[in-house]
Amino acid sequence: MIPAPGQTVGPFFHLGLPFDGGNELVPPADPAAIRLHGNVADGDGNPVPDALIEIWQPGPDGSVVQEPGSFHRDGWTFTGWGRAATDADGHYWFSTCAPGGSAPFFAVTVFARGLLDRLFTRAYLPSPDPADALLTSLSAQRRATLIAQAEPRGLRFDIRLQGEGETVFLSHG
Amino acid sequence: MSTQADISAQIGAVAGLSGRQPRLDYPAYRSSSARHPELDPVPADPEGVELWAPCFGRRDVDDAEADLTRRHAGEPIGERMVVTGRVVDSGGRPVAHQLVEIWQANAAGRYWHQRDQHPAPLDPHFTGAGRCLTGADGTYRFLTVKPGPYPWRNHLNAWRPAHIHFSVFGTAFTQRLVTQMYFPGDPLFDLDPIYQSITDPKARQALLSRYDHSITTPEHSTGYRWDIVLTGSHRTPFEAEGNA
Repeated sequence: MIPAPGQTVGPFFHLGLPFDGGNELVPPADPAAIRLHGNVADGDGNPVPDALIEIWQPGPDGSVVQEPGSFHRDGWTFTGWGRAATDADGHYWFSTCAPGGSAPFFAVTVFARGLLDRLFTRAYLPSPDPADALLTSLSAQRRATLIAQAEPRGLRFDIRLQGEGETVFLSHG
Repeated sequence: MSTQADISAQIGAVAGLSGRQPRLDYPAYRSSSARHPELDPVPADPEGVELWAPCFGRRDVDDAEADLTRRHAGEPIGERMVVTGRVVDSGGRPVAHQLVEIWQANAAGRYWHQRDQHPAPLDPHFTGAGRCLTGADGTYRFLTVKPGPYPWRNHLNAWRPAHIHFSVFGTAFTQRLVTQMYFPGDPLFDLDPIYQSITDPKARQALLSRYDHSITTPEHSTGYRWDIVLTGSHRTPFEAEGNA
């Protein structure tokens, strides 16, 4: 059986995909909440105002959550999954917590108008395991594109689709 | 501005190359030019959460969201149709109790979206977005109206074949799919750089629905069937079932 190929999310995905609270895995008012945010830019360095970012992450203890409720968040249940569209400046943000465990990264999916298929990447925490198999396989310059930068109340993870500082995107065979 | 002949020449230049996924660098789709990565993707063994998919349930999706014709007080204009099929992995195993989302233009080819400037009528009785959960056998089912083709600004007099956007999750993060379902025999297929960006014709056909009389509703709706095959899961059945 031939798998269904991807197609671009197009310019009108706001009609079907983003939803209220989609980017709030942890309520922003929660003292434990951190912000994971960044800009999405194209090959000319221009913002991409019509991108959609999804994250999927373990909890702080490393557990993989299998809880429904992302579409109607109750303020208590951590589902590990979120969705955010970029704004007019190409900026996205999530309110969440840091992933823990033996593979402490945010699994990130990038969709956009002009992007014919989705892209996978990872946002690692600022001091990743020096033995991480993926990170050690990359040059320092490329590795840096996968490591979020620490900020006072969170993490910054910019995504560059093309050109200087192009984010490392992943294929999972 | 490019003409259809220019775009068709660009499509023809790479037509038939193997490639079961769209070519991200595809000049005929002009907005891809600065938005495709130039470096090869880096192979990575899925780890941790990547071996799992997010979970959705009845708390997330109301049954009524699968009926796009009943979201407003009146009936939308257009050919009412059932769209149904199964979500399966490449081994044919059903993806059960998982989320399927769709969005589409109305029967006149107009999206309920502020950026859609196509001067075709909006339908006050049709928004064009729906969600459902698959059943135990991977079946999804929507009731909607057939979307119209519509013009876009890729090149002079560019038209998209009629399509429904689908967003699908599998049992692993790495199976995540956003794509478009098309209708059989659309005369715009050969002209469309988004559809043709999948250069393998057999792979393109995996996005075609087929008319299925057995799923129509007498004196109410036609029916199209489209089964969605996802890439394989990296989790083995042994791990998935968690038994000894």
